[in-house]
Amino acid sequence: MTEPRWFPVWRRNFLVWKKLAIPSMLGNLADPLLYMLGLGYGLGGLLQSVDGVPYLHFLAAGMLCYSVTNSSTFETLYSAFSRMHVQKTWEAILNTPLGLRDVLLGELAWASSKALLSGAAILLVIWGLGLQADFVLSLALIPVALLTGFCFAGLGLAVNAVSPNYDFFLYYFTLAITPMVLLGGVFYPPSALPAWLAAGAAWLPLTHAIELARPLVLGHWPDRPLWHGVVLLLYGVAGFTAALGLTRRRLLR
Amino acid sequence: MPLSPLSIHDLSKRYGGIPVVDGLNLELAPGCCHGLLGPNGAGKTTTLRLALGLIAADTGEIRLLGHALPDQGRAARQRVGVVPQSDSLDPDFTVRENLFTYGRYFGLRPAELAGRIPRLLAFAGLEGKADAPIASLSGGMKRRLTLARALVNDPELIFLDEPTTGLDPQARHLIWQGLRRLLHQGKTLLLTTHFMDEAERLCDVISVMDQGRIIVQGSPRELIRAHIEPHVVEVFGEGLTAWRDRAARFCQRCERVGETLFCYTHAPQAVLVDLDGRHETGLRYLHRPANLEDVFLKLTGRDLRD
Ligand SMILES: Nc1ncnc2c1ncn2[C@@H]1O[C@H](COP(=O)(O)OP(=O)(O)OP(=O)(O)O)[C@@H](O)[C@H]1O
Ligand SMILES: [Mg+2]
Repeated sequence: MTEPRWFPVWRRNFLVWKKLAIPSMLGNLADPLLYMLGLGYGLGGLLQSVDGVPYLHFLAAGMLCYSVTNSSTFETLYSAFSRMHVQKTWEAILNTPLGLRDVLLGELAWASSKALLSGAAILLVIWGLGLQADFVLSLALIPVALLTGFCFAGLGLAVNAVSPNYDFFLYYFTLAITPMVLLGGVFYPPSALPAWLAAGAAWLPLTHAIELARPLVLGHWPDRPLWHGVVLLLYGVAGFTAALGLTRRRLLR
Repeated sequence: MPLSPLSIHDLSKRYGGIPVVDGLNLELAPGCCHGLLGPNGAGKTTTLRLALGLIAADTGEIRLLGHALPDQGRAARQRVGVVPQSDSLDPDFTVRENLFTYGRYFGLRPAELAGRIPRLLAFAGLEGKADAPIASLSGGMKRRLTLARALVNDPELIFLDEPTTGLDPQARHLIWQGLRRLLHQGKTLLLTTHFMDEAERLCDVISVMDQGRIIVQGSPRELIRAHIEPHVVEVFGEGLTAWRDRAARFCQRCERVGETLFCYTHAPQAVLVDLDGRHETGLRYLHRPANLEDVFLKLTGRDLRD
């Protein structure tokens, strides 16, 4: 079997990551872990239960999705931007037989892989603390993490394509990611929101990721899994398609 | 006649309505070094990007190693090497890792690369630096590594976009040595440069480009013979303005640039005698044969571009 054309791009990123794997993973993990333990125990001590389960159990799926989203977004914004714009890595690759689609597919696959890794790390914590209701069901969180990572990688690459500099990414975080984290059900159920806000939140990709992940931690099969999966997939594909067109206009004009 | 590695016919490319490449024709001969000279913004880099199939032309036809561009760019680039104008080495990798990773983009197997990399390191004079990080290399070493990287796929044709810009004279000589070795191996080179001495030394054929067009083409000697008087006397120092009126008597053509008067002539004897007679006035001169820079400046003018 011959490897796909984008694979050398994935491998390039993997080899760089390997050199700094330990600090990079710790950095990726520290933030969601602190949230999980701090909020889970701190806030969890104040709350009797949320949706009928201890708060820490409720929060676990939210943190997994949050961590995956963050990891995928950081990789496709800051890291991809430095490869595209600062280090001219993409330009160097484009002088070889590889095309822009190969480069972006490699980046997409890489960001999804890193997101998967972040998700897997949170899953280990979930298992370690025994937060899952059903171990076998919780294994389905792995494909959910991958799909969520893919979705936000596609969107992130589209933002990267139009960014003039690093500062621009702050807008994406404050205008898209942070509201999504607050409204998408990471910290509290969307049912706590006023109806109109909940209706809006239902369109956010992160909401769909959490709709998939939370039941899997709490021990039952999600409602409408196919629908949520398709929405995540479509967001990712739409983002990637836009990224390809916009990056082509940026670099190959 | 053997197939031309690169043939470009009537190529045009506009940016924002402004023609950057404008009806360009170019035919490279196999095994030759072809120089593309031109002032800043003449369209050299754009021509190279078009010739690699990276960007689409507005009009024109390009065949690169027998492949029609841009449609068959991927197949063509498999056999081309590129030294880009701006540095794009991977700062996260060592010297060896840079070569290895780049080779993988061409689909080369690790075993194949393991055989090639020592030869590339030797070619670049970087044997002792295989495991050094990029940040520890001098400018000349980085450029040599970029050249070695361009050879990782054993290309037939190599594009070099200003390979020696920013290097000191020793480093430039090392790059020239490398390029001559490649020519001995039968590779074809397409080189852009702002250094006329570099073009004169290395290139078999030179195309001078201005505003997207090739204005003249020929070997360095042909160009000098065809476009410029063989002798140049550069005159400078006190009393230049007063002497300038006399100069016209002795020389075919005079041109003042800043503090220096360039006198072009077929017979320098008269002007030299006249100048020697004014030794004590503070007027000084330099007599030299005409070179490519004289041609370049005559054809593209002396005013600043950009
Ligand atoms: N993608 C682009 N979009 C708009 N304008 C461009 C683009 N690429 C090049 N240009 C313009 O085309 C002109 C030619 O650029 P090019 O880089 O080909 O020149 P060059 O001969 O390589 O110059 P230099 O010697 O400075 O490298 C310049 O005026 C440049 O600003
Ligand atoms: Mg250029």
